[in-house]
This record gives sequence, structure tokens and C-alpha cells, in this order.
Amino acid sequence: MYTFSNRLKIGSLILMALGLVGMGIGFVSAPSTVEEAKSMVAAHDDGHGGGHGEVTHEATGTAAHADDAHASDHDEHLLHQLQNRPWSATYVALFFFFMISLGVLAFYGVQRASQAGWSPMLFRVMEGITAWLVPGGVLLFVFLVLSVLHMNHLFVWMDAETVAHDELLQGKAGYLNPTFFLVRAAIYLGGWIAYREISRRLSLAQDAADDNSNFVKNFRWSAGFLVFYLVSESMMSWDWIMSLDPHWFSTLFGWYVFASMFVSGITVIAMVTIYLKSRGYLPDVNDSHIHDLAKFMFGISIFWTYLWFSQFMLIWYANIPEEVTYYVTRIENYSLPFWGMLVMNFAFPLLVLMNSDYKRLNWFVIMAGIVVLMGHYLDVYNMVMPATVGDQWYIGIPEIGAVLFFGGAFLFWVFRALTKAPLQPTRNPYIEESRQFHY
Amino acid sequence: MASKVIHAYYNDDDVLMQAVKKVKAARHHIEEVYCPFPVHGLDKAMGLAPTRIAITSFMYGCLGLTVAIVMMNYIMIQDWPQDIGGKPSFSYIENMPAFMPIMFELTVFFAAHLMVITFYLRSRLWPFKKAENPDVRSTDDHFIMEIEVHGNETDLTALLKETGAVEINSLEK
Repeated sequence: MYTFSNRLKIGSLILMALGLVGMGIGFVSAPSTVEEAKSMVAAHDDGHGGGHGEVTHEATGTAAHADDAHASDHDEHLLHQLQNRPWSATYVALFFFFMISLGVLAFYGVQRASQAGWSPMLFRVMEGITAWLVPGGVLLFVFLVLSVLHMNHLFVWMDAETVAHDELLQGKAGYLNPTFFLVRAAIYLGGWIAYREISRRLSLAQDAADDNSNFVKNFRWSAGFLVFYLVSESMMSWDWIMSLDPHWFSTLFGWYVFASMFVSGITVIAMVTIYLKSRGYLPDVNDSHIHDLAKFMFGISIFWTYLWFSQFMLIWYANIPEEVTYYVTRIENYSLPFWGMLVMNFAFPLLVLMNSDYKRLNWFVIMAGIVVLMGHYLDVYNMVMPATVGDQWYIGIPEIGAVLFFGGAFLFWVFRALTKAPLQPTRNPYIEESRQFHY
Repeated sequence: MASKVIHAYYNDDDVLMQAVKKVKAARHHIEEVYCPFPVHGLDKAMGLAPTRIAITSFMYGCLGLTVAIVMMNYIMIQDWPQDIGGKPSFSYIENMPAFMPIMFELTVFFAAHLMVITFYLRSRLWPFKKAENPDVRSTDDHFIMEIEVHGNETDLTALLKETGAVEINSLEK
């Protein structure tokens, strides 16, 4: 049995406390009036000068010369962007850690449904990480309810005033309306959490049983879950991410988000496994297991790039205004995170994890994993921020605070869940194959 | 130079693996093992050096990428400048998304084909080549271990018998 080490526990609580302070600062310092927003942007310009500050300055200047109505419109928009920032920062971090858990759940489901022989040794680790689905899912749902209650302006289609002046949004109102949105969110979350709990229960029951009936049941549930997951994950990505830009759409967006969560999830499995092994747990996990996880990190990183590029190339080629604005705003205002993400999520894992021997070095996998996780945080950042805060982005106290808070909570919850059962399954029919696994 | 070798025949890959380990442990030099199919882990048991084909594959991939870039630059930008996707920039870097599939495909194409050709050449396989395996049974259901003899033939034969060889022949090579 694993015992939650005090250092890790205190560390995760400190992260949460620091994060809470950071998020608090973010919310308190958000402007509440147009004047405050304008003075904040002006101060920001004086402080930083170049980069995106200049764009803002120019925009403010133009607005000042235009007629009063337009100027006040523009200023109000700026106010909303600045008010959105702490909310968006929270949402990005909340979604990022939730998606890690969900990615692990999908990976776990695949291992179960394919009856893979190499991975049963890692099932408890995966089950520990998916434990975050419950608190993460509840927090996400609360966040979405708060959005529906107009506590923030992340989802513009929730604003009746906006929809009244927008024919495209009126056309989509049958799908994009607050009630149906929350009902769908409840269905996705309910389905995922239900599968997680059922599978975990069967997995534990299998260790105590004297036949394989729990294993067979788990296989059936997993196969069913994967069907549900493929549809619900795709719809979730339209609802929770794509609808932030409600005029824009991409048909492979669900796959794109899936690739991101899959690779982040696998990376976290590798990191938690290596951590536990370094503490003397999981004695039967050998470097071939780590090698396989690193191969998945490498492969899914390339799969992610393939989807990123497929989405980008079609839109770039066709150059249709309503589609291409998505990338124009990102390339113009988010140049560093946009291209930086490609380096971290593609070029870096491609070159670093290509060599077979490096995939067996634990510290190497951890280092590569840290970069991959940061890259996929930036990926979510790039999906959410341009729609909600526009060019008023910055990775500062609210963003880092939110990452620390949800990261700390994630660590705390995951490692607490790992203490609840022995770290190595005993009666899985493939456990011997997994123990002997060698590449 | 003629040398004396022993051919030990096995009819099971697990028995063969055990035998290879025992023969290696007795410090005999295994010249070659002829198998009807690849036996997983045999290379490690025989103590063969790890393959370097992955390195050649990487180099061929880089070559393919370079060929793709140079070729597309010549065809689409230099020789007959094309207006790609309604964006007449006539610059390679600005049109790169359109060339990306070609860059990817040629990287894979070069890496895969040249790697196979390298493998054949390195294994001394070419058209009309006469088979090197000493016995046709090694293409059917027998595994043949070839061991060099250095004046200890009876010991070696006894050891091989013990490892489960179904037939042992000694011959001049």
C-alpha cells in the first residue's frame, strides 16, 4: 500500500494556498469600471512599451478620435476583456487538469477494451489519476453554471442581447442555448464519472474474486464507454471550447482536443509511475513499461501535430474570412504562445524522444514530460484566451495562480486516491504478462 | 581458409534460445543461427551488436526532407512561380503549409525505401543471390546453430546434445 508522503502532501497544500492567493489577486485587481480599465491599459503601455502593448495603444488612440458611441463601445469591450482575464485563467487551468484526467480515462479504457498485456501493472496509477474526474468535473460544472448566470462574459452566445443582434447565433440557438448546454455538460460528466467509478469497482473486485467475471464485465463496460466517449468528448470540445468563438467552426476540433488530452494524460501516467518507482513502490514496473509510455508520448505528440496541421492547412488554403480570422488573431496577437506551442509539442518531443535508449531513461522522460505538459497548457491557453481576453493576454499572477491551485489540488487528490488500494493489481489475468513484459 | 564448424539442429525456438544461452555461457563462439522466422530476443542472447539501421533511417529522412524542400522550391517558386491558394507571395516560407504534405511524404519515402535497400545490402541480399543457409530445412521447421570448432569437438558435441539438439553435423567450411 502506498502512503501519501508528508512532503508531497504539504507541497500540494502550499501550491493550493499560493494558487488561491494568485487567483484572488487576479479577481480583486480586475477593473470594475471603464475608467479603471482604460487607466490599467495605459499604465501597462508605459510599463512595457513594445509588443502587444503598442497594438492596444494604437487601438485606444483610434477609438478616442472616433465618435463617442464607438469609443464607449470599444472601452466597454476592453473592460469586458480585462474582467474576463481572471475567469479565463481559471478556466484554462481547470480544463487543463480535468483533461489530463479524462485523457488518462480514455487511455485506460483503450487498455481495458483491447485487453492489452503490457499495461495491467499500471492500472492502479491510471485509476488514481482518473480520481480527479469527480472534483474536477464538479468544479467545471460549477464554472459553467456561473457562466450561464452571467458572472463572466466568456461565452458570448449566452448573452441574450448579443444573440438578438446576431443572425448566425440565432441560427445556432437551438443547440447553443444555456439550458441545453448545461444538460449536455451533465450528461458528459455523468457518463465519464459513472464509467470511472464502475470500472474502478470492478477492478478492485477482480483482485478479491476467484474467477474472471469482473474482468470480463470491465471489458464490456470499457468497450461501451469508448463509444460514448468518442461522441461525448467531441461534443464537449464544441461546447466548452469551440463555442467560445461561436462564429467559427472546425470539423476535426474534437479530435484535436482529444489528441491534446491523450498525450497530456499519458505523460502524467509516465511521470506518476516514475515518481512512485523512485520512492520504492511498483517494484515490478520495469523500464520497458516506461519505454512504452514514452513511445506513446512520442507518437501522440506527432498525432497532435498532424491534427493541428490538418486543421490549419485547410483553413489557410481556403482563406475564407469567417474561418481564417481564428488563426489571424492568434498569429497576430499570440505569436509567441502560438508558435512556441508548436515547438514544445512537436519539434521538442520529435527530436528528444526519437532515440530508443532515451525513452528508457527516467529523468529524461520526466524532463520531456514537463515540456510536453507546458506545451499542452499553452495549447488550451491558445484555444481559450484569444476569444475571451483578445489582445489583453499575459501569463501573470492570475494564470500562474490558477495553475498552482488546480495543480496542487490535482496532486493532492490523485495521490490520496493512490493510497486507497494496493498499487499493483494481483488477480488481473494478464498481470503475469505485464510483470514479464520486456521489449 | 578452411575451418571446422559444427551444425546443431533444433526444432523449437524456445529450446534454441536456451541452447544459445548455454553455449554462450560455455564460452563458445556462435558463428550464425539460421531460422525459418525471426526469433524474438535471439540477437541479444547471441550477443550481437545493436543494429545501427535506425541511425541510417534518420539520415535518410533528413535527406528526403531536404530533397522535398529543394524540389518544391525549384518547381513551385523558382522555375514557374505559382499562385498558391490565391496568395501570390512567391515565397517558399509563406507557402510552406502547402508543401508540408510533400515534405512529410518524401521524408517517409526516403527513410523507408533507403532503409530497406541498406538492410538488403548489409545482409548481402541481392537479386539472383544464391541462398547461404546450409540446409533447406532451415526454411521450414529447423533452427541451425553454427559453431566454430577449436580442437574441443567432443566436449562441444556433448554440450550441444545436452541442450536438446536433434541432429549434430560437423563439417569443413
